[in-house]
Amino acid sequence: MSILINKKTRLLVQGITGNEGLFHTTHMVSYGTNVVAGVTPGKGGEWVLDGKIPVFDSVKLAADATGANCTVIFVPARFAPDAMFEAADAGIPLIVCITEGVPVQDMMRVRNYLDQKKVRLIGPNCPGMLTPNESKVGIIPGNIAIPGNVGVVSRSGTLTYEVLYALKQVGMGASTCVGIGGDPVNGTNFIDVLEMFEHDPQTEKVVLIGEIGGTDEDKAAEFISAKMTKPVVSFIAGSSAPPGKRMGHAGAIIEGGAGSAADKVKALEAAGVKVAKHPEEIPSLLN
Amino acid sequence: MKLHEYQSKTIFAKYGIPIPKGRVAATAEEAKHIAEELGGRVVIKSQVLVGGRGKAGGIRVAKTADEAEQLAQQILTMKIKDLPVRKVLVDEAAAIEHEIYFAITNDRAAKKPVMIASAAGGVDIEEVAATTPEKIIKVHIDPLLGLRDYQARDIAASIDMPRELWRDFGKIASGLWQAYLDTDATLAEINPLVITKDKRLMALDGKMMIDDNALFRHSKLADIRDIDEEVPAETEARRYGLSFIKLDGNIGCMVNGAGLAMTSMDIVKLFGGEPANFLDIGGGAGADKVAAAMRIIVSDPSVQAVLINIFGGITRGDEVARGILTAMDEVKPKVPMVVRLVGTNAEEGRKLLENAKMITAETLADAAQKAVAAAKG
Repeated sequence: MSILINKKTRLLVQGITGNEGLFHTTHMVSYGTNVVAGVTPGKGGEWVLDGKIPVFDSVKLAADATGANCTVIFVPARFAPDAMFEAADAGIPLIVCITEGVPVQDMMRVRNYLDQKKVRLIGPNCPGMLTPNESKVGIIPGNIAIPGNVGVVSRSGTLTYEVLYALKQVGMGASTCVGIGGDPVNGTNFIDVLEMFEHDPQTEKVVLIGEIGGTDEDKAAEFISAKMTKPVVSFIAGSSAPPGKRMGHAGAIIEGGAGSAADKVKALEAAGVKVAKHPEEIPSLLN
Repeated sequence: MKLHEYQSKTIFAKYGIPIPKGRVAATAEEAKHIAEELGGRVVIKSQVLVGGRGKAGGIRVAKTADEAEQLAQQILTMKIKDLPVRKVLVDEAAAIEHEIYFAITNDRAAKKPVMIASAAGGVDIEEVAATTPEKIIKVHIDPLLGLRDYQARDIAASIDMPRELWRDFGKIASGLWQAYLDTDATLAEINPLVITKDKRLMALDGKMMIDDNALFRHSKLADIRDIDEEVPAETEARRYGLSFIKLDGNIGCMVNGAGLAMTSMDIVKLFGGEPANFLDIGGGAGADKVAAAMRIIVSDPSVQAVLINIFGGITRGDEVARGILTAMDEVKPKVPMVVRLVGTNAEEGRKLLENAKMITAETLADAAQKAVAAAKG
């Protein structure tokens, strides 16, 4: 078992003919992900990857023809909100948006609309998801993780790769790794994923990688102390970040004294979470 | 992106929000001229992109045009929180009866815009929130419905605004909402919104922040960015699409990915060093971008050592290595460099760097410790 994606995932790629879309589709397919279709408006009828994957003009057409049950979005930020609305209206239940730089007011509209439609969104500004040896949806390098019993959830990209890699070095593997993204308004929060890991029989331990800004980690701490039976290990990035500065991620900012790493670490530790001083310490804390 | 008070109030005025008569001046003579035009008492307000201008003496009242010139002269030679004052706003002084706080901002936890109001305006709203949170009224706005009239009335009633002003307040609220929408603001704040002695509402101060991610559809706003108020290296970095923040330490950091960049800084600090900057070269960075990043880092004279930490996913280790070599050739940095390459094409990258007299490291912790030691000489 795993969460959100597995061998049965039938993936659609929005923006499949773009540079990034095509590059990562190639990698997803060679990893074994079942990519069933792509969408690029105006290029319907074409095929990519040597005629293996059909391209459609719209998500609706692609979903009707192929039964896609998940979509991954690689379109530029100015078109990404529309891509998310389109996927939701076409009835795709799981949307993964890799795109960085979507305006936050757009994201508030998208999120409120998707909530009404009961559609799950992962991201935006995220590396996507990986269920080792089953399915890779997004851009996480496949070779840095092996299957196992550790659920990984993170707001970051390369920092998550560090953790997966550190786990692999000591022979530990992941059930599923979920990158929820670094934007202030996103689709899925820590507690959504923690709840799924809590109910997933394959997952025995959880790694939560947070960072400065917002209150998502504090809410995760409350959830862990009230509802989680599985052990959680964490790392929070940004203990050296100055207040009032946006540290790369749109959501990584200490505002009005709130959202500091120290506060988050305190909340997590109070909930019984072991918090690592640096990411390479995580495997030993999981033992 | 932060807007100056005068820029914010110009936007407010376009949306029908009453503001005092006034103009911006870059010299004391100009300030005198504006004061003469306005006649009577004026307020001279420093235009810098930081809070606490009043406390620092950057906002003063002048009774005459001569006094306005004199005060403008003083303020224009001031530094507020290290930022030199380059402009002053000369506004006609208002006869204030009451000060209100009113703003629209993004509530990231609620995933909705929120209107915030308080009858205790004119002061630092974070202080009000900390000491008397009951004085702060919040009303969320459904982003799919927009601001409804009743919500503005509810706000007016809850801050005990006199009923005869509710209509005018409704217009200000819908004007501010429209301004917030049209500019992709992350904050549109009026503090204070005053009730004057002759019972009118007026926005005496204004502060707007614009979502950097939305500037692609607001080229006019992007053009009024005040780069004089920025650290030059940060402006330079933005030109190359690099995310860079100058810090006070002596260990330069070049990393791919924001989370990993923060973590690299954290580890430097954990092992007793101080990071000189935050720098994310971004996903898939090629040799050009890496070279630009290197130039920016080593042009900071306080940098004693550089830590390069690259986890190759989309970004390829050999590309980064080529960028480093190009930059080394061009910049000829005199400080020690510690490099850690992991992931895609890391092996090829390490080979390329073998002859470049760089200190290599296997783990993140090892790299940070080596950089800290190298900075100490």
